[in-house]
Formats: sequence, C-alpha cells, structure tokens
Amino acid sequence: MEIEALAARLRAQLGDAAVITDRAQRRTYECDGLTHHRVVPALVVLADTTAAVAATVKECAALGVPFVARGSGTGLSGGALPHADGVLIVMSRMRRILELDIEGQRAVVEPGVINMQLTNAAMPMGYYFAPDPSSQQVCSIGGNVAENSGGAHCLKYGFTTNHVTGLELVTPEGDIVELGGKAPDTPGYDLVGALVGSEGTLGVVTGVTVRLTRAPEDVRTLLAAFDSTDSAGTAVSAIIGAGVIPAAIEMMDALAIEAAEAAVHCGYPPGAGAVLIVEIDGPRSDVQHVFDQVTGLCQAAGAFEIRIARDDEERALIWRGRKSAFAAVGRISPDYIVQDGVVPRTSLPRVLRSIAELSERSGVRVANVFHAGDGNLHPLVLFDERREGEAERAEEVSGAILDLCIQHGGSITGEHGVGSDKAQYMPRMFTDEDLDTMQLLRCAFDPDSLSNPGKVFPTPRLCGERPRKQQGVPADGVAEVF
Amino acid sequence: MPDVQSELERACELEPAKDADAVVGELPQWVVRPTTTAQVADIMRVASAHDLAVVARGAGTKLRWGNRPQRVDVVLDTTGLDALVEHAEGDLILVTGAGRRLETIQQDISASGQQLGIDPARKGTVGGAVATASTGPLRLRHGAVRDLVIGMTFVRADGVVAHSGGKVVKNVAGYDLAKIMTGSYGTLGVITEVAFRLHPIPQGRRWVSVEVDSAQQAHEAVQALVHSQVMAAAIELDWSDGRGQVAVQIVGHADGVDAICEEVIRLLARDAESSTEPPSWWGGEPAGALLKVTYEIGALTQLLEAIGSLRFRGSPGVGTGLLGVSDAVVDVVANLRRESARFGGSVVVLDAPEEARGELDLWGPVRGLELMRSVKQRFDPGRLLSPGRFVGGI
Ligand SMILES: Cc1cc2nc3c(=O)[nH]c(=O)nc-3n(C[C@H](O)[C@H](O)[C@H](O)COP(=O)(O)OP(=O)(O)OC[C@H]3O[C@@H](n4cnc5c(N)ncnc54)[C@H](O)[C@@H]3O)c2cc1C
Repeated sequence: MEIEALAARLRAQLGDAAVITDRAQRRTYECDGLTHHRVVPALVVLADTTAAVAATVKECAALGVPFVARGSGTGLSGGALPHADGVLIVMSRMRRILELDIEGQRAVVEPGVINMQLTNAAMPMGYYFAPDPSSQQVCSIGGNVAENSGGAHCLKYGFTTNHVTGLELVTPEGDIVELGGKAPDTPGYDLVGALVGSEGTLGVVTGVTVRLTRAPEDVRTLLAAFDSTDSAGTAVSAIIGAGVIPAAIEMMDALAIEAAEAAVHCGYPPGAGAVLIVEIDGPRSDVQHVFDQVTGLCQAAGAFEIRIARDDEERALIWRGRKSAFAAVGRISPDYIVQDGVVPRTSLPRVLRSIAELSERSGVRVANVFHAGDGNLHPLVLFDERREGEAERAEEVSGAILDLCIQHGGSITGEHGVGSDKAQYMPRMFTDEDLDTMQLLRCAFDPDSLSNPGKVFPTPRLCGERPRKQQGVPADGVAEVF
Repeated sequence: MPDVQSELERACELEPAKDADAVVGELPQWVVRPTTTAQVADIMRVASAHDLAVVARGAGTKLRWGNRPQRVDVVLDTTGLDALVEHAEGDLILVTGAGRRLETIQQDISASGQQLGIDPARKGTVGGAVATASTGPLRLRHGAVRDLVIGMTFVRADGVVAHSGGKVVKNVAGYDLAKIMTGSYGTLGVITEVAFRLHPIPQGRRWVSVEVDSAQQAHEAVQALVHSQVMAAAIELDWSDGRGQVAVQIVGHADGVDAICEEVIRLLARDAESSTEPPSWWGGEPAGALLKVTYEIGALTQLLEAIGSLRFRGSPGVGTGLLGVSDAVVDVVANLRRESARFGGSVVVLDAPEEARGELDLWGPVRGLELMRSVKQRFDPGRLLSPGRFVGGI
C-alpha cells in the first residue's frame, strides 16, 4: 500500500516515465554483477536530475521506505542489490559531463557518466581520469565513488578516493549538500573522504568533481613468463625493492592463463607457470632507463621469456589476456566465484602456496589473477553448480581465502567492496568496537538507516536519539525496516 | 578534585599544568603523558565519567591553530606514544605511535632508501601532522597526508578504542574513518597509532628556480609546468610585494634528472637556474598571523591579485598556500574572503594574535557544516575533545 502511494506521489513529481512499477520491468534490476543474489525492488525510479533524486529520497524519508542507488550495476559484491520493500534509484540517465576544466585539472560530472566516457572526453587535451577498473567501458563514476574503485594502474596513480575532490550529495533526509570542490582542503571534516567507498550507505551522490591526470609522455609494457608464481613473485619484490613504482604489475597463474588462452587467444608463452605484465610510464628520459632495469630484474628472477610491446597494438594484445580474465574463466568452468582479497605484497608467495594447498585438499580449482604490485588477489574459485555440493565447497574455499588474507594482516576486499556479499566477514577483520565506531558515522548521516540498508555491516546499530531533531522524540528504531 | 586526579594518576604519569601548558590562553589543570593506547583509553574513560575536556598535544607546534578551546581540563601529551611499531620494508609500510616525531621517522627509514611523503621541512609529531592535515611541497607528488594514511588507531571520547583501515595499501573494507580523523584537529578522537604508505627516496633530485614579476607571469610559469611532461615532484611559489620566485623540484633516476631539468629550464624560458639545493624559503612558513588559502589551480592570477603585496608561500600545482600577515589581519581576511569566489577556494586563519581573535571568524564559511555537527555529536556528544576549536565552534 505504502509503495503504491509512494509511486503515485513520485509520478506526480517526476512524470510517469521515470517511475517503474511493472514487475517484469522491475526484474531487469534484480541483481548487479554478483548475479546469484537477486531481489526484485518494490519500485524503480529513473532519475534525470539532482532535484529528482532529492524528491525521491524526501518521499522515502517521509514514509520510512529504504532506497538503494544503482549506477551501471557492474558491482561484484551485491552493493546495488535492491531492497524488496524499497526504491531502486537508477542513476544512469544522469550522464552529462558538466565541465572540463583543463587549466585547473578538474572535471565536474554527473554520477551516471561512464568512467571511459570521461577519459575519452579529456584525452584530446592530453588528460584522462586515472582510476581504471577493468569494467571501465560500462561502470559509472558514481559507482566508482561508492566503491572506491581501483584498477590495474592504481599502484602508481591511486584509487578513486585520491582523485575525487568534491561531491554533491542528497542526504538520506533528502537535502542537497555540496562538499569539497575544485580547490583542495575545504575547511572542516573530510566528508568527501568518508563518502568515497561508503557503498551508497550515506546518501546518494548526484555530482562528482574529479582530478584529471596528465597522460604520460611514454608508456612501455612487457610480458614476462616464469616457471612458477614463486619466481614471478620474486621479480615483483625485486622491482619494488629497487625503488621502482611501475604504473602496473599484474600477475596471472597457469590456470588463469589457460582460461584467457581459450577465450581470447592472447598467445602468452606456452608452458608458463605464471606471467607478469609490467607497465612503466612517465617522462621519456626516465621510462627507458627504468624499463631496462625492470627487464633485467625479471631475467634475474628467472623469466624464461620476455616480450616487449613495440606499439599500441602489441600492448593491447598483452593486456587482452589480463582484462578478459574474469569472463574467460567461464570457458573452463560453468560457474565461478570472483574473490577479492588483499595481503601485504611480501606475503604473496606464501599466500599463493596456501591457496594451492587449500585447492588441492578440497579438490576445488582456483585460478589466480591479481594486482601483484599492491597485493590485491583475485582468486577465481571454479565450480559446477549442477554437481551436488560443489557450490558449497567453492563457497568454503572462497571464505578460507579471505581468512588467509586476514591472517597475513590484509583485507577482505581491495576494490570490489563489502556489499551484501561480505558483510558477514566484517567481524573477522574488525572488532565490535571498530564496527560500532563506523556505525557512529552511519548514524550521523542516516539515523533511520534508509540508505542502502543491510549492506557493509552485519548487524547495524540502532542510532538512538536523533540529535538534530527536537528532544523528546522517541528513538526511531530501524528493526522494522529489515 | 583530588579523587579525579588520583583516577587520572592511576591511568598514567600526571603533572599539574604550568602556565606554558595553556592552549591559546586556556589553562588546563593537568598534563598527562600516556605511553600506550590502553592508557589513553583509561584517561578518556575518566574524562567522560567526570566531564573533563581534553586537548591532545604533540610537539605543540600547531597547538595554537584553530579557535581557543572553550575549556581545557587535561592536556594529553602524546609524546610518550612514540614507539616505532613496525617498518615493513618490503611492503613500504610504516606503523608508528602518534607521538613520534616526523624528523625521527625520516631517520628511522632513510637507511632503507625510503621516506614518508610528508615534507621533512614540517616539524612536529605524526599525530599533529595528521590531526591538522598539514601540507608541504611534496604533496604534489605523494598526495596529501590523508592519501598516505592507510590505517589508524584512535580512542573515542568515551574511551572506546577503534581501528580503521589496516596495513595494506589497498583496502575498501568498511568506512575509511581515518579520512574524517585526518584534519579533525583532535575533535573526534585521540589518534594513538598511524599506518602509512612509504615512498622510495629518488636517486636524483634537483631544483630549478625562476623569478616572476607579475601574477600573470607566475600563472604562466605554473601552467607551463603542470601541463608539461616533466612531472615535477613539487612546484612552489614564494611571493611578496607583487613579485616572487617559482621553484620546481625534479626527481628521478640519477642519470635522468639533468635531462628533465633542461626541459624545465626550456619550459620556463626566462633565466631559470638549476641547483642541487632547494631555495632557502622552501617549505617554510611566512612570519606573522598565519592564513591558509586554497584556490583552483587555474585561478592563480586571481589569487595573487587578491593577495596584493602580502607575503605568500604556496604550492600552486596543488592549490594551497600560506599567507603571513603582520597587520590589519581582520581587514585582510574580510577582503580575501570577499574575493574568494574569484579564485574558488577558502581562507582559513590558522593562527592569529590573541587580540585579533575576538574579531575574527577563523574558519570562515563551511560547506556541509550541518553534517559535520552531526558527526561531532555522534562521536563526542559530551563535547570533551578540544571543544570549540574547529569549524562552526565544533
Ligand atoms: C568484468 C568486471 C571487471 C571489474 N573490474 C574491476 C576492477 O578492476 N576494479 C574495481 O575496483 N572494480 C571492478 N569491477 C567492479 C565494478 O565494476 C566497480 O565496483 C564499479 O565501480 C561499479 O560501478 P557501477 O556503476 O556498476 O555501480 P553499481 O554496481 O551500480 O553500484 C555499486 C555500488 O555503488 C552504489 N552507487 C552507485 N551509484 C551511486 C550514487 N550515485 N550514489 C551513491 N551510491 C551509488 C550502489 O548502491 C552500490 O552499492 C569489475 C566488475 C566487472 C563486472
């Protein structure tokens, strides 16, 4: 009933076309990139403007209805999983680049702008948007902000959080607030910093001011083949130990290579137990020198073949295997889990050996693709759903890998976020006090827990009295919302 | 309150405050010097039980920054929290107590060819640098303090110990609470331990300097640099009486820096000079009442026009800078804030003489103040931590 009333009020304000009630249409949005979690939202709103978002959130707040923002729906942790009794606010129509300020090295965009769209717009002026998730052809900048997304090149250039200087936010009460801006260090708490990576739980982002990065003068890429992940890992440590910060160092193990070969015929050296992709960029005079140094270090660590890209085409070929790796695994296994964990870089060889042991013991195959430079693993855990018990076993192995990451002082997620998928793992990494402290921030923004509830945290705290409202109002519990 | 004192004494070493312990003229009763996070937690539990206001103090170099606190009962001296917890050399990670000095840290790690990307020129403790988000020339290359912090331990006003982040560079698990702690001027919690990412010390380092005779010339020099391929590690401007000097730090491979230096000299066209040493003013603070200004990188001309003949030292490749004002600070601030729409930034008074403070709104207008108040209210409902010091009297 409530939802029907809400739909009617939103139609009156936003127009019929912006409000979707038809069940079949709503089902289009039932999941994000984590496709085995599905929930049909009670209502879908296609937002065109900040005002439309604010109006939607205000109505939700008035009725106590939860809402979830959705960008392009490529998230891999179920962050944009809809709420069965809530509104899904689809941001993908807000796709305008509002300003390219090359002199000031900033762009102002709407949140639905596709990551690559911004880079394409800035490239003619010699600039680009540095965060480059593999999904950059489709994912939205709003989604990047919510997830604090990374990419192969964040080893040198940093994550989304290092590139966002301002946000326009619709608070969970429906107010429009400007935070930060084109200039750095606006006075007060770094709320922009708190919002980036908050997975849509602190409100809906309706505008983003980002740093644009100067495209490097020179880029050089090599592919090095090793017998084992151990020797490839040695090369990684040697490169970093030499004081080199490559633009990217990516590693794939034998199974991942096999999958990529089957899918895109990338022609990696046969018989390799692991390959490294190393990219060096910067001023020409520096790049050549560093590149020679890196080549030498790879040889010293036992690389049996090194291929150097001579032009853009050859570079694209080297990257093709890596960029297709997730999807490619579909060629060698009907189902798979994309895991995302982090360990200190120096623990990589040990952790990889433990993953191999785990795989052997359980009989579950694991392909490894990862950002080796910053210790961000993406084990792909393979299974066949049709076979009794395999899905559960894969789930177990996948969870055990996260435990390994935590044991080595790492993290349960490096870039894909916690979402609905990993909320139950948060207590393994953080104490109750830590989680409780994070909830203080949540309560400051969203006392009624309406903004993407049920994500990130296993057991949300009741916010208690709302200091901003008049005293004497009884605590608004969140329990009935769940 | 002898019973309160003995409770504090049970937590850690305590001394009655002396005149020199006053915070912008506000005299505390006690100075406590904890050596562990657990002791800080004990102190905060006593403080919240007895409604004691607490101001954390590191080396005291920036204690005067911000408003005079509304009250101070306890100064919490963090210099005992100075353990070097861990230096994971191969991972380029450092975990340190918040009371350790920045200079000490650079010494700790320099033998391994690594550095913390907070400029050595900025003195004081880690905790102070993080709490004030202090910034120096190298920010252009390594990012702001907030970009270097990867994990943090802090004690809440109610004595609860909380951690965020961790010991790995890449990590998106949970809220990044270190972001709101960084630059919060001690108003949300007492920072006790910080994990940083480190950077290799470059083999080659050079500086190139050039004189600039007008705002327009300074702007052109900076624009030529930021859009070029030389990837300067730092670009600094020293400015007074309508003219100044732009200096660029170049880093890179020992054999490569000279070539880049030549490129910089070519870009700057006029009689630029290269040196193996920074100019004497590099990274220093101008004298007088200290103002921090921020601006859009493309609006340097407008900023310098608004500044007129004042002394300015800044990082025009980043959009920050410090002004030293010797007289009429109230008028100067009013004037600059009026002009601030033209350069797109903010004007904050970090430190001013006591007699001028009464007439000054140190922080100026603040975006999102309602949300900030709400954050403060959740973290420190009793207003125990540096009350009044921060924006909007938070
Ligand atoms: C093949 C593939 C490769 C990938 N590679 C990478 C990679 O290399 N690195 C990486 O980091 N990620 C990667 N991802 C994950 C994903 O693409 C990123 O997390 C991306 O940033 C999500 O953007 P999106 O627009 O699809 O967001 P969605 O999936 O729609 O949403 C993600 C989260 O953001 C919230 N959200 C979206 N828009 C807003 C808004 N305007 N305001 C507030 N909250 C909002 C949602 O509520 C949700 O919690 C990959 C995904 C796929 C499918």
